[in-house]
Amino acid sequence: MIWSKRNILSHSVTDKLVQWVLRFGAVIAALVMLLILFFLLRESWPAMFQLAPARFLLDASWHPLEASYNLMPMLSGTVLASIGALLLAIPLGLASALFIVFYASAHLATPYKRLIELLAGIPSVVFGFWGLTTLVPLITQWHPPGASLLAAILVLALMILPTITLTAFSALQAIPDEFLQNAAALGMSRWGMIYGVALPAAQTGIVAGIILAAGRALGETMAVLMVAGNVVQHPTTLFDPIRTLAANIALEMAYAMGDHRAVLFVTGLLLMLLVMLLAATAGWLRRNNQDWSSSA
Amino acid sequence: MTSNPAQSTQINRCCDNAFTLGPLQTGPACCDPEPVIQVKNLSLQYGTKTALENVTLDIYRGCITALIGPSGCGKTSFLSALNRLIDLIPGCKVQGRILIDGNDIYDAACDVQALRRQIGMVFQKPVPFPLSIRRNIALPLHEHGIKQRAEVEAIIEQVLRDVGLWHEVCDRLDTAAHSLSGGQQQRLCIARALALSPQILLMDEPCSALDPIASGVVEDLISRLRGRYTIVIVTHNLAQARRIANYAAVFWVKERAGELVEFGQCQHIFETPAHELTASYINGIRG
Amino acid sequence: MNKWLLYRDSLVQWLIYLAVLAVSTVFVWILIDLVRGGVSHLSWDFLTESPRDAGRSGGIGSILISTLWILMVALIAALPLAWTTAVLLAEFVPAASRFGIAIRFSLQVLAGVPSIVFGLFGNAFFSIYLGMGFSILSGGLTLACMLLPILVSTAEAGLRAVPQSYRLSTAALGMSQTAALVHLLLPAAAPALAAGLLLGIGRAIAETAALIFTSGYVDRTPGSLLDSGRSLALHIYDLSMNVPGGDQPAYASALVLVALLLCINILAMKLSYDLQRRRIIL
Repeated sequence: MIWSKRNILSHSVTDKLVQWVLRFGAVIAALVMLLILFFLLRESWPAMFQLAPARFLLDASWHPLEASYNLMPMLSGTVLASIGALLLAIPLGLASALFIVFYASAHLATPYKRLIELLAGIPSVVFGFWGLTTLVPLITQWHPPGASLLAAILVLALMILPTITLTAFSALQAIPDEFLQNAAALGMSRWGMIYGVALPAAQTGIVAGIILAAGRALGETMAVLMVAGNVVQHPTTLFDPIRTLAANIALEMAYAMGDHRAVLFVTGLLLMLLVMLLAATAGWLRRNNQDWSSSA
Repeated sequence: MTSNPAQSTQINRCCDNAFTLGPLQTGPACCDPEPVIQVKNLSLQYGTKTALENVTLDIYRGCITALIGPSGCGKTSFLSALNRLIDLIPGCKVQGRILIDGNDIYDAACDVQALRRQIGMVFQKPVPFPLSIRRNIALPLHEHGIKQRAEVEAIIEQVLRDVGLWHEVCDRLDTAAHSLSGGQQQRLCIARALALSPQILLMDEPCSALDPIASGVVEDLISRLRGRYTIVIVTHNLAQARRIANYAAVFWVKERAGELVEFGQCQHIFETPAHELTASYINGIRG
Repeated sequence: MNKWLLYRDSLVQWLIYLAVLAVSTVFVWILIDLVRGGVSHLSWDFLTESPRDAGRSGGIGSILISTLWILMVALIAALPLAWTTAVLLAEFVPAASRFGIAIRFSLQVLAGVPSIVFGLFGNAFFSIYLGMGFSILSGGLTLACMLLPILVSTAEAGLRAVPQSYRLSTAALGMSQTAALVHLLLPAAAPALAAGLLLGIGRAIAETAALIFTSGYVDRTPGSLLDSGRSLALHIYDLSMNVPGGDQPAYASALVLVALLLCINILAMKLSYDLQRRRIIL
């Protein structure tokens, strides 16, 4: 029979060959992540094993040139700025998504969605520059010094808002129409429908988006560096200047040597692990998300 | 072969006889009862779910065999087991043997792509590729090493005539295949399958996505293909099965697994069903 | 309906309108600020001349050239890897296989890594370990690592959006997967590949933090790939933070950068919207 014996150069051999070439590329792409992890570990090795880890918590202050490596003020600055930005961006971002899906007429929804997409494309250095030249002077008039936790929160909120809006949008749009038709047929009010049916149905997608946004806020460097004042301290009010972990790396890498450089790599590693954790959580949520298309 | 006014008028004149496959046969043909495909104890599993259990069946050369039965009883799975298209579904296990001309197609030595070249397949929804009409047919030919321009053009004309599409499209072979109507698209897909000169044609509800008129045209075409090709067709349209098939196989779902309840000459199945499930299904009581 | 429910509905509606108004206002505010601050400084000379006096005068000619070089290096390194990976994930490896999951997970993590961490890695690996120093090559390769996830995910999504029936039909015609890929699947996914490419370019020219310690600060026109070169985004940062009196050129540079990015992103959006619309017609 024709198909029982074929010469060596049959199609399936081409397929196999192509597949091996593709596998080679994919393995290199996957190795990049391991390579990054390896080099961060390698460079931070001296700091992690020659300095006691407790010193990052207990040293008197952050004075790397005098071998004093307390990371806590910068950690608190990073976390506070991120939380503040989330508190501001979550309601605004969700409202934007609800507007696009439920409230806007068709000729408003599309332009507004594109506007949010364009906002996502503005580079962080431009946000930082705008914050520096516009927001900081405004805050200075209100309450000096201006470059502060508040400025960092405002700029960060703007930067992560598109992430929240766009993920919430796709989660809301994935809800089958029948849910809402049935809710409407039960005589529910508009907000009753959204709050009682739409938001719970889109919950996991929205939460995954918020987690991704949190990751972006924690790791953001340039915009925060330009508006936050960069004083290493535990902030007590919104108007105190702060320094974040990421900004610290950008500020000090240029002249860091020895242990100091290693400590900066430790902070980088810390940031990467934090973000990995958040990404894994978001991914897990998404995988366990209900797939309406198959259940409905 | 580009449009030539004289030629196309000539074609239009003999439009009544656009099909080159001979007259339409009405009654079931008297088949040469030589089995081409022998299915022996075939079972199909998707993961832990059994789709088809222990099917044994012969398909005869040159005949049309219709697979009928309610939805979800494994007809389509059975069809795609015949050309190993089922290999593309992850987690699918095949047990039992399928012999085509005496060769086991699940044997390790079998060249799947050569096998699929011998067995054409037509799907429920027409799938013209987003290319020109000409390229739709030429692409698989090139792929199988038929590259001589004249030969390719000759095959294109031949198969388009075979499906009665030639006089409809001969002056626009280079337009997009998507510009054709649904029925024309389905006939193009049949022509594309015929271009590789297969022995066997598998058809998965080829008329169910078409409107009644287009459906009638495609059904006529399938009848005309009888004798030249061995055809296995899945259909939900019992009247259609009765009109065109020589043999019919009735599938049914028992204990969540599909199985074959009855197989025989189409006339016998419809007039004197041996199995009560067949009888009730044919009379529209169940299914 | 209960009167309170009606009140609540309209209250929520107004709150949402207010939020949308606020977001739109800020967006327009940023754009107007940039245009007002930068347009007077913008001229043909500004785009072509090299910066003088730390960028206070002169233009951004050499900066644009460096940006382009860095972008080229990044794309040449990232595109082949990203697209082969995408084809493998979409066409050859089952989504649930261990190999597929491992690659997808590592790309997912890569997508979340902060850009400053890429900068650290690039500095340690390309600049120091491989001895490239502060150079276009080092910066471009660092960016290539950053671009991998977005290039892979857009290309994979584009390929997955090609109807499954094409794959079944080509297989039923006995065509090889490679032939199906070359003749049908890749052409059908081309707009998605292009959209992903544009998004990647946008991401690359917006990047600052990953380049500070890899491609460096030098604002001369680079002579080779091993020269240091300052990208446009980094130029804006330097002018606004380290150069007193650099606001005017900084505004103009920011305007150029944002205008470029808006064009690129609008084009990418148009490509993917067209793709969706075409799919509805098919």
